[in-house]
Amino acid sequence: MHISLYPVESGIQPERCGTSLRRKRSVAGTTMQAFRDSGHLFRLAAVFVVGLLLFLVIRAALVPKSFGKYGHYRGNAIAEIAARPVDFAGHEACESCHTDVLDKKKHGKHAHVNCEACHGPLARHADDPASVQPPKLDPAALCVRCHEANAAKPKSFPQVASAAHSTGLPCDSCHQPHSPAISGGAK
Amino acid sequence: MNITRRHLLLLLPAAAVAWKQVLAGTPESSPNYTMSQHWWGMLIDLPKCIGCGNCVRACQAENDVPDGYFRTWVERYHVSDYDIENPQVDSPDGGKKGFSPLKAEGGKNFFVPKLCNHCAESPCTQVCPVGATFISPDGVVLVDKTYCLGCRYCVQACPYGCRFIHPKTETAEKCTLCYHRITKGLTTACCESCPTGARQLADLKNPNDPIHEFLKTHSVQVLKPQMATHAKVFYSGMDGSVR
Repeated sequence: MHISLYPVESGIQPERCGTSLRRKRSVAGTTMQAFRDSGHLFRLAAVFVVGLLLFLVIRAALVPKSFGKYGHYRGNAIAEIAARPVDFAGHEACESCHTDVLDKKKHGKHAHVNCEACHGPLARHADDPASVQPPKLDPAALCVRCHEANAAKPKSFPQVASAAHSTGLPCDSCHQPHSPAISGGAK
Repeated sequence: MNITRRHLLLLLPAAAVAWKQVLAGTPESSPNYTMSQHWWGMLIDLPKCIGCGNCVRACQAENDVPDGYFRTWVERYHVSDYDIENPQVDSPDGGKKGFSPLKAEGGKNFFVPKLCNHCAESPCTQVCPVGATFISPDGVVLVDKTYCLGCRYCVQACPYGCRFIHPKTETAEKCTLCYHRITKGLTTACCESCPTGARQLADLKNPNDPIHEFLKTHSVQVLKPQMATHAKVFYSGMDGSVR
Protein backbone atom coordinates (compact mmCIF):
# COMPACT_ATOMS: atom_id res chain seq x y z
CA MET A 1 0.00 0.00 0.00
CA HIS A 2 1.26 3.43 -0.90
CA ILE A 3 1.24 5.87 1.97
CA SER A 4 1.94 9.51 1.34
CA LEU A 5 4.46 10.86 3.77
CA TYR A 6 3.16 14.37 3.52
CA PRO A 7 -0.11 15.85 4.62
CA VAL A 8 -2.30 16.76 1.74
CA GLU A 9 -3.01 20.41 1.83
CA SER A 10 -5.40 20.66 -1.06
CA GLY A 11 -8.82 19.13 -1.31
CA ILE A 12 -7.54 16.67 -3.95
CA GLN A 13 -7.87 13.10 -2.67
CA PRO A 14 -4.82 10.86 -2.99
CA GLU A 15 -5.39 8.19 -5.60
CA ARG A 16 -4.47 5.08 -3.68
CA CYS A 17 -5.90 5.66 -0.26
CA GLY A 18 -8.11 2.70 0.49
CA THR A 19 -10.83 3.48 2.96
CA SER A 20 -13.31 6.25 3.16
CA LEU A 21 -12.01 7.05 6.63
CA ARG A 22 -8.61 7.84 5.28
CA ARG A 23 -10.17 9.85 2.54
CA LYS A 24 -12.02 11.96 5.05
CA ARG A 25 -8.88 12.51 7.10
CA SER A 26 -6.99 13.49 4.04
CA VAL A 27 -9.65 16.04 3.35
CA ALA A 28 -9.17 17.39 6.82
CA GLY A 29 -5.47 17.64 6.07
CA THR A 30 -4.12 15.14 8.57
CA THR A 31 -3.68 12.10 6.34
CA MET A 32 -1.19 9.58 7.63
CA GLN A 33 -0.07 11.83 10.39
CA ALA A 34 -1.23 9.16 12.80
CA PHE A 35 0.74 6.50 10.97
CA ARG A 36 3.86 8.48 10.29
CA ASP A 37 5.48 7.47 13.59
CA SER A 38 3.52 4.28 14.06
CA GLY A 39 6.58 2.05 14.28
CA HIS A 40 6.76 2.29 18.05
CA LEU A 41 3.15 1.11 18.33
CA PHE A 42 3.92 -2.05 16.38
CA ARG A 43 7.03 -2.62 18.45
CA LEU A 44 4.99 -2.22 21.63
CA ALA A 45 2.38 -4.65 20.30
CA ALA A 46 5.18 -7.09 19.47
CA VAL A 47 6.47 -6.83 23.05
CA PHE A 48 2.97 -7.62 24.31
CA VAL A 49 2.61 -10.59 21.99
CA VAL A 50 5.99 -11.98 23.02
CA GLY A 51 5.09 -11.39 26.68
CA LEU A 52 1.81 -13.20 26.24
CA LEU A 53 3.50 -16.15 24.55
CA LEU A 54 6.11 -16.27 27.30
CA PHE A 55 3.33 -16.20 29.92
CA LEU A 56 1.50 -19.03 28.21
CA VAL A 57 4.67 -21.14 27.98
CA ILE A 58 5.60 -20.57 31.62
CA ARG A 59 2.01 -21.20 32.69
CA ALA A 60 1.91 -24.46 30.76
CA ALA A 61 5.15 -25.49 32.45
CA LEU A 62 4.12 -24.56 35.99
CA VAL A 63 0.42 -25.47 36.17
CA PRO A 64 0.06 -29.24 36.71
CA LYS A 65 -1.55 -31.09 33.86
CA SER A 66 -4.43 -32.34 35.98
CA PHE A 67 -5.30 -28.89 37.37
CA GLY A 68 -8.90 -28.13 36.42
CA LYS A 69 -9.74 -31.74 35.57
CA TYR A 70 -12.61 -31.78 38.08
CA GLY A 71 -12.59 -28.19 39.32
CA HIS A 72 -10.24 -25.46 40.46
CA TYR A 73 -7.72 -27.86 41.96
CA ARG A 74 -5.15 -30.49 40.99
CA GLY A 75 -7.13 -33.55 39.90
CA ASN A 76 -4.29 -35.95 40.65
CA ALA A 77 -4.40 -34.93 44.32
CA ILE A 78 -7.49 -37.14 44.73
CA ALA A 79 -5.67 -40.27 43.57
CA GLU A 80 -2.63 -39.36 45.69
CA ILE A 81 -4.77 -39.07 48.83
CA ALA A 82 -6.53 -42.34 47.95
CA ALA A 83 -3.16 -44.09 47.52
CA ARG A 84 -2.34 -43.94 51.24
CA PRO A 85 -1.98 -47.43 52.78
CA VAL A 86 -4.59 -48.54 55.31
CA ASP A 87 -3.83 -49.37 58.96
CA PHE A 88 -7.12 -50.98 59.97
CA ALA A 89 -7.69 -54.10 57.90
CA GLY A 90 -11.47 -54.10 58.40
CA HIS A 91 -13.47 -56.86 60.09
CA GLU A 92 -14.10 -58.76 56.83
CA ALA A 93 -10.35 -59.37 56.53
CA CYS A 94 -10.19 -60.71 60.12
CA GLU A 95 -13.26 -62.89 59.71
CA SER A 96 -11.95 -64.53 56.55
CA CYS A 97 -9.39 -66.44 58.67
CA HIS A 98 -10.58 -66.29 62.29
CA THR A 99 -13.90 -68.06 61.78
CA ASP A 100 -13.61 -69.73 65.20
CA VAL A 101 -13.65 -66.32 66.92
CA LEU A 102 -16.54 -65.24 64.74
CA ASP A 103 -18.53 -68.29 65.88
CA LYS A 104 -17.73 -67.49 69.51
CA LYS A 105 -18.69 -63.85 69.06
CA LYS A 106 -21.87 -64.12 67.09
CA HIS A 107 -24.18 -65.18 69.94
CA GLY A 108 -22.59 -62.93 72.55
CA LYS A 109 -23.06 -59.32 73.50
CA HIS A 110 -19.95 -58.33 71.56
CA ALA A 111 -21.25 -59.69 68.26
CA HIS A 112 -21.44 -56.21 66.75
CA VAL A 113 -18.04 -55.04 68.05
CA ASN A 114 -15.47 -55.10 65.27
CA CYS A 115 -12.23 -56.99 65.95
CA GLU A 116 -9.99 -53.97 65.64
CA ALA A 117 -12.05 -51.93 68.10
CA CYS A 118 -10.20 -53.89 70.82
CA HIS A 119 -7.25 -55.44 68.99
CA GLY A 120 -6.14 -52.22 67.32
CA PRO A 121 -5.06 -51.59 63.72
CA LEU A 122 -3.82 -54.86 62.20
CA ALA A 123 -3.58 -54.38 58.44
CA ARG A 124 0.11 -55.40 58.57
CA HIS A 125 -0.92 -58.66 60.24
CA ALA A 126 -3.68 -59.23 57.67
CA ASP A 127 -1.19 -58.68 54.84
CA ASP A 128 1.39 -61.04 56.33
CA PRO A 129 -0.15 -63.18 59.11
CA ALA A 130 2.93 -65.36 59.55
CA SER A 131 5.51 -62.71 60.39
CA VAL A 132 3.44 -59.91 61.95
CA GLN A 133 1.79 -60.99 65.18
CA PRO A 134 -0.83 -58.85 66.93
CA PRO A 135 0.27 -57.51 70.32
CA LYS A 136 -1.13 -59.08 73.50
CA LEU A 137 -3.96 -57.10 75.01
CA ASP A 138 -4.35 -55.97 78.61
CA PRO A 139 -7.95 -56.66 79.71
CA ALA A 140 -7.53 -54.45 82.76
CA ALA A 141 -7.09 -51.38 80.57
CA LEU A 142 -9.25 -52.51 77.68
CA CYS A 143 -12.56 -53.42 79.33
CA VAL A 144 -12.84 -50.32 81.51
CA ARG A 145 -12.30 -48.12 78.48
CA CYS A 146 -15.91 -48.85 77.53
CA HIS A 147 -17.48 -50.27 80.68
CA GLU A 148 -16.24 -47.96 83.44
CA ALA A 149 -19.29 -46.17 84.84
CA ASN A 150 -19.77 -42.60 83.71
CA ALA A 151 -22.85 -40.41 84.12
CA ALA A 152 -22.60 -39.28 80.48
CA LYS A 153 -22.82 -42.82 79.08
CA PRO A 154 -26.24 -43.99 77.92
CA LYS A 155 -28.16 -45.63 80.76
CA SER A 156 -28.81 -48.79 78.71
CA PHE A 157 -25.09 -49.43 78.26
CA PRO A 158 -23.64 -51.97 80.76
CA GLN A 159 -21.27 -50.09 83.08
CA VAL A 160 -19.55 -50.90 86.36
CA ALA A 161 -17.42 -49.09 88.89
CA SER A 162 -14.50 -51.44 88.20
CA ALA A 163 -12.79 -51.05 91.59
CA ALA A 164 -15.92 -52.15 93.45
CA HIS A 165 -17.09 -54.65 90.82
CA SER A 166 -14.05 -56.87 90.44
CA THR A 167 -12.17 -56.21 93.68
CA GLY A 168 -8.93 -56.23 91.72
CA LEU A 169 -9.51 -59.43 89.76
CA PRO A 170 -8.77 -59.15 86.04
CA CYS A 171 -11.99 -58.95 84.02
CA ASP A 172 -11.19 -62.05 81.98
CA SER A 173 -11.10 -64.28 85.03
CA CYS A 174 -14.93 -64.25 84.84
CA HIS A 175 -15.82 -62.74 81.43
CA GLN A 176 -14.47 -64.04 78.15
CA PRO A 177 -14.05 -60.95 75.97
CA HIS A 178 -15.40 -62.57 72.78
CA SER A 179 -18.60 -63.63 74.54
CA PRO A 180 -18.67 -61.82 77.87
CA ALA A 181 -21.89 -63.10 79.49
CA ILE A 182 -21.26 -65.35 82.53
CA SER A 183 -24.72 -66.96 82.54
CA GLY A 184 -23.72 -69.72 80.10
CA GLY A 185 -20.89 -70.73 82.42
CA ALA A 186 -17.40 -69.30 82.08
CA LYS A 187 -15.45 -71.08 79.37
CA MET B 1 16.71 -29.89 7.69
CA ASN B 2 19.45 -27.73 9.11
CA ILE B 3 19.03 -26.90 12.78
CA THR B 4 21.07 -23.89 13.71
CA ARG B 5 21.97 -22.95 17.26
CA ARG B 6 19.24 -20.31 17.16
CA HIS B 7 16.63 -22.91 16.22
CA LEU B 8 17.80 -25.26 18.92
CA LEU B 9 17.58 -22.56 21.58
CA LEU B 10 14.03 -21.85 20.49
CA LEU B 11 13.09 -25.54 20.46
CA LEU B 12 14.53 -26.50 23.85
CA PRO B 13 11.92 -24.85 26.12
CA ALA B 14 9.09 -26.25 24.05
CA ALA B 15 10.62 -29.73 24.21
CA ALA B 16 11.07 -29.41 27.99
CA VAL B 17 7.42 -28.48 28.41
CA ALA B 18 6.31 -31.39 26.25
CA TRP B 19 8.49 -33.86 28.17
CA LYS B 20 7.18 -32.64 31.51
CA GLN B 21 3.62 -33.28 30.31
CA VAL B 22 4.65 -36.80 29.32
CA LEU B 23 6.24 -37.49 32.72
CA ALA B 24 3.29 -36.14 34.71
CA GLY B 25 1.21 -39.29 34.32
CA THR B 26 -1.95 -39.88 36.35
CA PRO B 27 -1.29 -41.83 39.57
CA GLU B 28 -2.96 -45.20 39.77
CA SER B 29 -6.44 -44.83 41.20
CA SER B 30 -8.51 -47.48 42.93
CA PRO B 31 -10.00 -49.97 40.49
CA ASN B 32 -13.76 -50.54 40.55
CA TYR B 33 -14.30 -47.14 42.15
CA THR B 34 -16.18 -44.47 40.24
CA MET B 35 -16.29 -41.13 41.99
CA SER B 36 -19.52 -40.04 40.35
CA GLN B 37 -21.39 -42.99 41.90
CA HIS B 38 -20.83 -41.90 45.50
CA TRP B 39 -21.74 -39.00 47.76
CA TRP B 40 -20.24 -39.57 51.16
CA GLY B 41 -21.48 -38.47 54.56
CA MET B 42 -21.72 -39.86 58.06
CA LEU B 43 -24.41 -40.71 60.53
CA ILE B 44 -23.78 -40.24 64.26
CA ASP B 45 -26.31 -41.92 66.50
CA LEU B 46 -25.66 -39.93 69.68
CA PRO B 47 -27.61 -42.12 72.15
CA LYS B 48 -25.17 -44.93 71.28
CA CYS B 49 -21.97 -42.99 71.99
CA ILE B 50 -20.21 -44.13 75.17
CA GLY B 51 -17.28 -41.70 74.98
CA CYS B 52 -14.66 -44.47 74.88
CA GLY B 53 -12.39 -42.45 72.56
CA ASN B 54 -11.81 -45.40 70.22
CA CYS B 55 -12.59 -43.20 67.21
CA VAL B 56 -10.05 -40.57 68.24
CA ARG B 57 -7.30 -43.14 68.74
CA ALA B 58 -8.17 -44.99 65.55
CA CYS B 59 -8.08 -41.76 63.55
CA GLN B 60 -4.69 -40.85 64.97
CA ALA B 61 -3.28 -44.28 64.17
CA GLU B 62 -4.77 -44.46 60.68
CA ASN B 63 -3.88 -40.94 59.60
CA ASP B 64 -0.71 -40.12 61.59
CA VAL B 65 -2.40 -37.20 63.31
CA PRO B 66 0.18 -35.46 65.54
CA ASP B 67 -0.34 -35.49 69.32
CA GLY B 68 -2.49 -32.64 70.56
CA TYR B 69 -4.24 -32.22 67.20
CA PHE B 70 -7.48 -33.88 66.17
CA ARG B 71 -9.28 -34.73 62.97
CA THR B 72 -12.06 -36.11 65.13
CA TRP B 73 -12.68 -35.64 68.82
CA VAL B 74 -15.35 -36.35 71.42
CA GLU B 75 -16.99 -33.68 73.57
CA ARG B 76 -18.84 -34.29 76.82
CA TYR B 77 -21.82 -32.06 77.50
CA HIS B 78 -23.20 -31.28 80.91
CA VAL B 79 -26.50 -29.41 80.66
CA SER B 80 -27.96 -28.09 83.88
CA ASP B 81 -31.75 -28.13 84.21
CA TYR B 82 -31.62 -24.48 85.19
CA ASP B 83 -29.49 -23.18 82.31
CA ILE B 84 -30.00 -25.23 79.18
CA GLU B 85 -28.65 -22.41 77.03
CA ASN B 86 -25.17 -22.65 78.53
CA PRO B 87 -23.92 -26.22 78.57
CA GLN B 88 -20.56 -27.07 80.12
CA VAL B 89 -18.42 -28.85 77.53
CA ASP B 90 -15.15 -30.65 78.12
CA SER B 91 -12.95 -32.74 75.87
CA PRO B 92 -9.76 -33.69 77.72
CA ASP B 93 -7.13 -34.58 75.07
CA GLY B 94 -9.95 -34.84 72.55
CA GLY B 95 -11.49 -37.67 74.56
CA LYS B 96 -8.61 -39.89 73.42
CA LYS B 97 -8.13 -41.40 76.87
CA GLY B 98 -11.79 -41.49 77.80
CA PHE B 99 -13.48 -39.28 80.37
CA SER B 100 -13.04 -39.18 84.14
CA PRO B 101 -16.25 -39.11 86.24
CA LEU B 102 -18.12 -35.81 86.16
CA LYS B 103 -17.56 -33.29 88.92
CA ALA B 104 -20.96 -31.64 88.46
CA GLU B 105 -23.97 -33.50 89.85
CA GLY B 106 -27.30 -34.01 88.13
CA GLY B 107 -28.36 -32.40 84.91
CA LYS B 108 -28.15 -34.02 81.51
CA ASN B 109 -24.89 -35.57 80.37
CA PHE B 110 -23.94 -37.00 77.02
CA PHE B 111 -21.13 -37.33 74.50
CA VAL B 112 -20.91 -35.70 71.06
CA PRO B 113 -18.26 -36.93 68.60
CA LYS B 114 -17.18 -34.27 66.13
CA LEU B 115 -15.39 -34.35 62.81
CA CYS B 116 -15.37 -32.53 59.51
CA ASN B 117 -18.96 -32.23 58.30
CA HIS B 118 -17.92 -32.58 54.64
CA CYS B 119 -20.25 -29.73 53.76
CA ALA B 120 -21.66 -29.66 50.25
CA GLU B 121 -21.38 -25.85 50.40
CA SER B 122 -18.19 -25.73 52.43
CA PRO B 123 -16.92 -22.31 53.52
CA CYS B 124 -13.37 -23.65 53.88
CA THR B 125 -12.91 -24.59 50.23
CA GLN B 126 -14.36 -21.29 49.05
CA VAL B 127 -11.69 -19.18 50.77
CA CYS B 128 -8.63 -21.09 49.56
CA PRO B 129 -6.61 -18.68 47.39
CA VAL B 130 -4.68 -21.38 45.51
CA GLY B 131 -7.10 -24.24 44.93
CA ALA B 132 -5.41 -26.46 47.51
CA THR B 133 -8.64 -27.58 49.17
CA PHE B 134 -11.69 -28.76 47.34
CA ILE B 135 -14.77 -30.94 47.37
CA SER B 136 -14.05 -34.13 45.46
CA PRO B 137 -16.64 -35.34 42.94
CA ASP B 138 -17.80 -37.87 45.56
CA GLY B 139 -18.47 -35.18 48.17
CA VAL B 140 -15.39 -35.37 50.40
CA VAL B 141 -13.59 -32.17 51.42
CA LEU B 142 -9.88 -32.79 50.86
CA VAL B 143 -6.58 -30.89 51.08
CA ASP B 144 -3.85 -31.05 48.45
CA LYS B 145 -0.77 -30.90 50.69
CA THR B 146 1.58 -30.13 47.82
CA TYR B 147 -0.44 -27.05 46.91
CA CYS B 148 -1.31 -25.71 50.37
CA LEU B 149 0.52 -22.53 51.35
CA GLY B 150 -0.44 -22.76 55.03
CA CYS B 151 -2.18 -19.38 54.94
CA ARG B 152 -4.80 -20.51 57.50
CA TYR B 153 -7.76 -18.92 55.71
CA CYS B 154 -9.58 -22.25 55.72
CA VAL B 155 -8.84 -22.84 59.41
CA GLN B 156 -10.63 -19.60 60.19
CA ALA B 157 -13.43 -20.20 57.71
CA CYS B 158 -14.57 -23.56 59.11
CA PRO B 159 -17.53 -22.88 61.44
CA TYR B 160 -16.93 -26.21 63.19
CA GLY B 161 -13.24 -25.83 64.05
CA CYS B 162 -12.37 -28.98 62.14
CA ARG B 163 -9.10 -27.84 60.55
CA PHE B 164 -5.63 -27.27 61.92
CA ILE B 165 -2.15 -26.52 60.63
CA HIS B 166 0.16 -29.53 60.85
CA PRO B 167 3.07 -28.51 63.09
CA LYS B 168 5.68 -30.14 60.83
CA THR B 169 4.45 -29.62 57.27
CA GLU B 170 2.81 -26.24 58.06
CA THR B 171 -0.06 -27.17 55.75
CA ALA B 172 -3.78 -27.42 56.46
CA GLU B 173 -4.97 -30.77 57.81
CA LYS B 174 -8.42 -32.20 58.27
CA CYS B 175 -10.53 -35.33 58.24
CA THR B 176 -10.40 -36.98 54.81
CA LEU B 177 -13.29 -39.28 55.73
CA CYS B 178 -10.53 -41.90 55.38
CA TYR B 179 -10.61 -41.33 51.64
CA HIS B 180 -7.88 -43.96 51.18
CA ARG B 181 -10.19 -46.51 52.83
CA ILE B 182 -13.62 -45.67 51.45
CA THR B 183 -12.29 -45.78 47.89
CA LYS B 184 -11.13 -49.35 48.59
CA GLY B 185 -14.53 -50.46 49.85
CA LEU B 186 -13.63 -50.20 53.55
CA THR B 187 -15.32 -48.02 56.13
CA THR B 188 -13.50 -45.22 57.94
CA ALA B 189 -11.10 -46.00 60.80
CA CYS B 190 -13.41 -44.30 63.32
CA CYS B 191 -16.46 -46.28 62.17
CA GLU B 192 -14.45 -49.51 62.04
CA SER B 193 -13.33 -49.09 65.65
CA CYS B 194 -16.58 -47.73 67.11
CA PRO B 195 -17.75 -50.54 69.45
CA THR B 196 -21.40 -49.46 69.61
CA GLY B 197 -22.05 -48.48 66.01
CA ALA B 198 -22.62 -44.86 67.00
CA ARG B 199 -20.71 -43.73 63.89
CA GLN B 200 -21.72 -45.04 60.49
CA LEU B 201 -20.31 -44.10 57.13
CA ALA B 202 -23.08 -43.21 54.69
CA ASP B 203 -23.13 -43.17 50.91
CA LEU B 204 -26.04 -40.95 49.97
CA LYS B 205 -25.89 -41.96 46.31
CA ASN B 206 -26.18 -45.65 47.09
CA PRO B 207 -29.91 -46.47 47.14
CA ASN B 208 -29.22 -49.60 49.25
CA ASP B 209 -27.38 -47.71 51.98
CA PRO B 210 -29.30 -47.97 55.32
CA ILE B 211 -28.84 -44.20 55.73
CA HIS B 212 -31.90 -43.58 53.56
CA GLU B 213 -34.19 -45.65 55.77
CA PHE B 214 -32.66 -44.06 58.86
CA LEU B 215 -33.15 -40.50 57.60
CA LYS B 216 -36.75 -41.27 56.75
CA THR B 217 -37.63 -42.72 60.14
CA HIS B 218 -35.59 -40.64 62.61
CA SER B 219 -35.29 -37.04 63.72
CA VAL B 220 -31.92 -36.01 62.40
CA GLN B 221 -30.02 -32.74 62.66
CA VAL B 222 -26.80 -31.25 61.38
CA LEU B 223 -24.54 -28.93 63.35
CA LYS B 224 -25.13 -25.18 62.87
CA PRO B 225 -27.79 -25.47 60.16
CA GLN B 226 -28.07 -21.67 60.19
CA MET B 227 -24.65 -21.52 58.51
CA ALA B 228 -26.22 -23.10 55.39
CA THR B 229 -23.14 -25.24 54.84
CA HIS B 230 -25.19 -28.28 53.76
CA ALA B 231 -23.30 -30.44 56.24
CA LYS B 232 -23.34 -34.18 55.53
CA VAL B 233 -22.62 -35.45 59.04
CA PHE B 234 -26.06 -36.21 60.42
CA TYR B 235 -26.66 -36.35 64.17
CA SER B 236 -29.51 -38.44 65.47
CA GLY B 237 -30.96 -37.76 68.93
CA MET B 238 -29.00 -34.54 69.36
CA ASP B 239 -29.86 -32.18 72.18
CA GLY B 240 -30.63 -28.56 71.33
CA SER B 241 -27.79 -27.37 73.53
CA VAL B 242 -25.14 -28.84 71.24
CA ARG B 243 -23.14 -26.14 69.45
